[in-house]
Amino acid sequence: MTERGRDLVIVGAGPAGLSAAISARALGLDTLILDEQPSAGGQIYRNVQRVAERRPADLAFLGDDYARGGALVRKAVDIERRQGATVWHIGPMSGAEGRQVVWSEQGRARRVKTRAVLLATGAMERPVPIPGWTLPGVTTVGALQTVLKQAAVYPEGRVVLAGSGPLLMLLAAQYAGAGVQVDAILDTAPPGTMGKALPRLPLAALGAWRTILKGLKLRNAYGRGAREVWTGVTDIRAEGEDALQRVRFTDSSGRVREIEAATLALHEGVIPNAQLARLVGARHLWDDRQRCFRPVLDAFGASDAQGVFVAGDGGGILGAVSAELSGRVAAVAIAHALGIIVESERDLRTAADLDRLTGQRWLRLFLDAMFPPPDWIGRMADDATVCRCEEVRAADLRRVAPHAQGPNQLKAYTRAGMGPCQGRMCGNTVTEVLAEARGSTPGAVGYYRIRPPVKPVTIEELAALAD
Amino acid sequence: MSYARLPGPAKARIVRMTVDGQPISAREGDTVATALLASGRLQVRRSAVSGTPRAPYCQMGVCFECLVAIDGVADRQACLVPVHDGMIVTTDRDER
Ligand code: FES
Repeated sequence: MTERGRDLVIVGAGPAGLSAAISARALGLDTLILDEQPSAGGQIYRNVQRVAERRPADLAFLGDDYARGGALVRKAVDIERRQGATVWHIGPMSGAEGRQVVWSEQGRARRVKTRAVLLATGAMERPVPIPGWTLPGVTTVGALQTVLKQAAVYPEGRVVLAGSGPLLMLLAAQYAGAGVQVDAILDTAPPGTMGKALPRLPLAALGAWRTILKGLKLRNAYGRGAREVWTGVTDIRAEGEDALQRVRFTDSSGRVREIEAATLALHEGVIPNAQLARLVGARHLWDDRQRCFRPVLDAFGASDAQGVFVAGDGGGILGAVSAELSGRVAAVAIAHALGIIVESERDLRTAADLDRLTGQRWLRLFLDAMFPPPDWIGRMADDATVCRCEEVRAADLRRVAPHAQGPNQLKAYTRAGMGPCQGRMCGNTVTEVLAEARGSTPGAVGYYRIRPPVKPVTIEELAALAD
Repeated sequence: MSYARLPGPAKARIVRMTVDGQPISAREGDTVATALLASGRLQVRRSAVSGTPRAPYCQMGVCFECLVAIDGVADRQACLVPVHDGMIVTTDRDER
């Protein structure tokens, strides 16, 4: 089914998408928000409205930063928005400016013509391909937080959190507040990160001192709810028959240890969820500091793909506060691009937000030094599965790496990236493994070519396009 | 059973559904994936190549490990679909 044309289609209803929509409405843009999740808020404010209504007591442990998201969701409540709407193609329009956006909603495909697209698709957790990570019982820190917000569901039995990053500390603190027992935290941050981060502290504090204070408090408290905390951990393996039974790791003294666990949650930071930005052909560059690709954007969030803007973590990881700022900035820039406001008005309306974004970048430099992304992914164990869908191991990739020009050829040789997730879970890893094996850099190796549909679509869904 | 629901006065309505022929009760606001976890079901399928057991991994629509059949439609992402009364879920099928 084809819908009436719009000025702006926003993909994603997290902080970037919602704040962009609020600004776009104020500027008179006819806007439609498409979001894949069951309710608005993105991952950070997932389910916040229902939690506030139905189980407000849980806000005490989910925290103020989460609760505050409710205001944003409420403010955007009357902007046209579809939840459960999975965008799978964004095409050019033949002979006209603008874009065609195609999605599936309740089992039916729909499409709309729009003058501009804003990708506010947020972040995903960096896949952490340790041996055994496909076993039931192994999940991610973000996933545990998701089921906590969505349904007040938590893992029983022995729980191990492993990795590094603000999200891991936050979940540990939330679990402590909710009375959920964590048996062990395996902290994988290399020693000395605080020392490396300190020179970045003054500017970061200037940019976002409140966040820094909160973060330092969290850093001091996060281990308190856990029975054991191990620092400087490496070589984590998940083991078990049909489900996770044990976690094996090397401690900071080089000794191999083993702990029983029913749940192992991994986390090594987040990376842009960039499938759609790839699809529209936006140029990407490898960010060495965050060890991930991100789309190349101008100061206002315009990509080099015609009519496509990016805001929030999908354009590079800067966090939720920045997402709101960059969402607003992009909406104003889109109004300018569509001829609704003049350049001087765009600059006037975005100056304060751009200024605050600079402060947030200073904060991020500090955080990236404090929680450096893992440098071992390209050297992961041979027996670790890289592509979960097609069950391609690191060894399989390394065997063909000398003969593969890049990820796309590797895909053809090994089937890595050809399963239902379409490379979302292995893309970053394949790039890192290939770079390591060929003595090259991830930026030079590149990434999978992304083709439509970016999510599997059924014939029945497609049939609805003819209506 | 490896997942549970926090105690507390949740005002959510009970949703009744069927999983692999068994009646279960979930809560309004659950996704199919959280309803399965809360009912004690972790594994939902087997991998396509070697048949190893798999469970929902990311809970946010990225990994496609949570594919189940919902109301007769195969390969739906359980973590993205909200539950409703009378929903019929079938797990452990040979996906793809
Ligand atoms: S659990 Fe990853 S897509 Fe559903």
